[in-house]
Amino acid sequence: MRFAVSMLTIVGIASVIGTVLKQNEPYPNYMVQFGQFWFEFFERLGLYDVYHSIWFLVILLFLVISTSLCIYRNSPLMLRELRAFRENATEKSLRSFSHQNEYTLASGTDEAEARLAKFLSARGFRSKQVTHQDGSRLIAAKAGSYQRLGYIFTHSAIVIICVGGLLDGNVPLKVQEMLGQKKIETLDIPPSQVPDESRLSSRNLSFRGNMSLPEGGQANVAYLRVRDGYLVQELPFTVELKDFRIEHYATGQPKSFESDLVIIDRQLNKTFQHTIKVNHPLTYKGITIYQSDFQDGGSQLSFNAWHLLNNQAKPTPLNGTVFQDLTVDEGENALKVEFNDFRLFNILNLSPDGKGKPRNVGPSVTFKVRDAAGQAREYTNYMQPLRLDGRAYFVSGMRATQQEDFKYLRIPADADFGIEGFMALRAVMFDEQAYSEIARQLAGQALSSPSDTEIRKNFERSVVRLLELFSKGGYTAIAAEIEQTIPEAEREKAAQTYIKIIHAAAFEAYKMSLERTGKKLVLDESAEVFMRDSLNALSDLFFYEAPFYLQLASFEHREASGLQLTRSPGKNLVYFGSLLLVLGIFAMIYIRERRIWLLIKPNERKVLFAMSANRKNRDFDLEFEKYAQHLHGMLESRN
Amino acid sequence: MKSTIALDNPEPIFKRLSWQDWLYATLLMAGAVFAYQQYGSYMNDYETGFLFGAAIVFSWLGWYWKPVRLLIVGVAVTSVFAISLYGGSQARAEEVFLLKFLISSQSAIMWMNVMFMLAMLTYWLALFSRSAFAGRVASSFTWVAVLMGLVGLMVRWYETYLVAPDVGYIPISNLYEVFILFCLITALLYLYYEDRYETHQLGGFVLLIINAAVGFILWYTFDRQAHVIQPLVPALQSYWMKVHVPANFIGYGSFSLAAMVAAAYLLVNRGILASRVPSLEVLDDVMYKAIAIGFAFFTIATILGAMWAAEAWGGYWSWDPKETWALIVWLNYAAWLHLRLVKGLRGPVLAWWALVGLLVTTFAFLGVNMFLSGLHSYGEL
Repeated sequence: MRFAVSMLTIVGIASVIGTVLKQNEPYPNYMVQFGQFWFEFFERLGLYDVYHSIWFLVILLFLVISTSLCIYRNSPLMLRELRAFRENATEKSLRSFSHQNEYTLASGTDEAEARLAKFLSARGFRSKQVTHQDGSRLIAAKAGSYQRLGYIFTHSAIVIICVGGLLDGNVPLKVQEMLGQKKIETLDIPPSQVPDESRLSSRNLSFRGNMSLPEGGQANVAYLRVRDGYLVQELPFTVELKDFRIEHYATGQPKSFESDLVIIDRQLNKTFQHTIKVNHPLTYKGITIYQSDFQDGGSQLSFNAWHLLNNQAKPTPLNGTVFQDLTVDEGENALKVEFNDFRLFNILNLSPDGKGKPRNVGPSVTFKVRDAAGQAREYTNYMQPLRLDGRAYFVSGMRATQQEDFKYLRIPADADFGIEGFMALRAVMFDEQAYSEIARQLAGQALSSPSDTEIRKNFERSVVRLLELFSKGGYTAIAAEIEQTIPEAEREKAAQTYIKIIHAAAFEAYKMSLERTGKKLVLDESAEVFMRDSLNALSDLFFYEAPFYLQLASFEHREASGLQLTRSPGKNLVYFGSLLLVLGIFAMIYIRERRIWLLIKPNERKVLFAMSANRKNRDFDLEFEKYAQHLHGMLESRN
Repeated sequence: MKSTIALDNPEPIFKRLSWQDWLYATLLMAGAVFAYQQYGSYMNDYETGFLFGAAIVFSWLGWYWKPVRLLIVGVAVTSVFAISLYGGSQARAEEVFLLKFLISSQSAIMWMNVMFMLAMLTYWLALFSRSAFAGRVASSFTWVAVLMGLVGLMVRWYETYLVAPDVGYIPISNLYEVFILFCLITALLYLYYEDRYETHQLGGFVLLIINAAVGFILWYTFDRQAHVIQPLVPALQSYWMKVHVPANFIGYGSFSLAAMVAAAYLLVNRGILASRVPSLEVLDDVMYKAIAIGFAFFTIATILGAMWAAEAWGGYWSWDPKETWALIVWLNYAAWLHLRLVKGLRGPVLAWWALVGLLVTTFAFLGVNMFLSGLHSYGEL
């Protein structure tokens, strides 16, 4: 008994571990989280896949064995109890009961006996009568005997469910692995090259694998992820993905994920089409195919690549494909662009207080830029300008590691909602050739009357110097300059002056950029805001860590559907066990086993009433009281 | 003599039914037939089964526990009346006086909250003043709260279809809605025991946990706008939800009820409030019965969940944190029942266990969604 409770507690505590530590993550994530030493320690303990680790299986096995032993030991007794009436009870033993009463008969014993039999049957008691040697008659009755079945049902159910679960778990695989027949593949190679020792035949009894199919693609193997590697599961048929669809509600949230599959069975020369969606899988040849997730299937992307840190005004066209790499520039400057994902829809909540409705902001692309040293940064760019704080920006997120949040570069959209306005301004601001002209224009406005040429020259020189500084490092470079050259007391004033000059100079640059692109200057508040945002963005470019901005120009979307394929012969066993469990629990709780003995002693004209239950509780006490009173009325009253 | 025996003999349930019982059952069945005539063409076999099954189950429930009859009829009449006031337009919830202040889903749920708070205060008043009248008033408040809550959910069900026909869903699908469900089920379970044990003295204790949930609902509504109807994600669009969630909340509700009774038990055991609260024997009995029914339904809910998971996630058991914590809750109460039923243990140990069990249950219900990630990630705070 103590043992059973301890077992339940141990399984419970062991289960907690796997919920606290995220299971089945890629191993490098654990490495980052715990460091080398603890990573290996935890790996040895099997903590990354607790529920399939040897020690957890051993606990489960122990539970199964001990429960089986319980059933084996107790069932015969239970079944005997279920049938027995215990008609051999003696008066002495009945008198030792805690619930008993004696009545003096008012009428004849035969009549009393008939009434008692009726009394018992009306309350659902089955009874057996025996005559003792001393002439007394004993009615032994019982009700709710099936409570005993509850015990057998629930305990068998635990065993059956565990056996079904272990069958569907990876016990057979674990055994094969321990015998050295199967080995986990850790290399990223095409399925056809995976050696036999990492392949499972299509006769494999139970598995749970994944498959990712691009639209138009087909496959006849699934992947089983095991620890830090995988196994290849061969299938008795080929699956082809015709089309993958996401349907949306009017509000933009996804409503359904559907895959049109074609199953090609070469053994039976049979081909058929079937659409699966979440909650509606397809079962064929004992294998069930589920809609599990979706990703990009290699979309074609066209970009305008804008250089960010030089005076180049025009973008370079660039083409890429999701899951493929691209190398830009050469030699030491070579940068590898790895396209990771394309998303057609992005449902974001951009309202300032977060309380507005989320809505679709259009496509985005995620890619990594890796330098010659192998250092990579991840970027995510939105195709269309996003509306933030009431204004439109081209937004690009950047982060150095997966663990970080994205930091966002916001490039203000121009009056035509294009990025060109900013890029033209940027080209002028980073064009050293233009600085003297800007300085001249500025001096013309700032210094009234053709004043001292020396002052003018100094002014122009400092404007050029500021622009040069800004083009090397934005506001940060200017701040550093101030810190180095100006005494602390005057820094704030100087900073204000410098910012004023930079703003004025940028305004001149803006005018020049408009001239260069043949656009008209409209002086209004939005132009001012555009200027301010542009300067901020220009300054932020120095933290963007990529020398170019990839503006998504057009795309050809291709999706891939993530399917899960399972074969679980233990399922029906588990369901059967579950049914037994429910029946058993209700039997144990709601059927109350009670026994009644009525010993009729004709000589003494007395009836001894004794009652017992295998579980004594309040209901039983109340029932006894009721019966005792009833018997009193029935047997002792004279009318 | 014969007649007295006959009177005392238990009669089968059908013979014990009064004309009100039959009228009630007839009304339910007539309602089901009417619904079938109106909407039968939109329903599949399952739904038809559910419709008539519901009529039968609620008939039986009303026969078994009489006050349910009035509740069901009240909910039906009020809900249908409220829906008729909408006239197919969500905007009318703000325009029609009765809807705006009484029976639009939001107003009804707010009334439920108010009534539960009043009920708790009155129960405690009744306990301290030893007033049977106050106890009856508190019960009435609780009944009204349940009525308003159920009306709120019914009307909300209709409102989801007003958002857009393809959005419509049963309102037990997100954290906000299941909290309302939790309040209702816990209150109904309590009212049942109150009726059967003829005591109003435990109301104050049980209403504590219900009002904790009410507090959460208020915060969730006003701070997070959780009452705004959002369409269901694809994983939740399943028939299983309609049985899995209610079964689960009968479990959660009973375990919470048991924990509150356990708290009363521990107080009485130390002589606190001992003269005002039922005897230890009764408390122990209520605690056991609540855990027993909770355990049975929690088992069913977990099994239904496994069957749903087999259909939606490709495996009946994935060791997802929510599943695992459901198992832990199950193991916890299995151990509790073992100790009590097989070993015959009674007393403060079991009461403490039931109280600590509430922490485990709360973590499974809320904590998993807050602190752990997994497949049950809808219902995040």
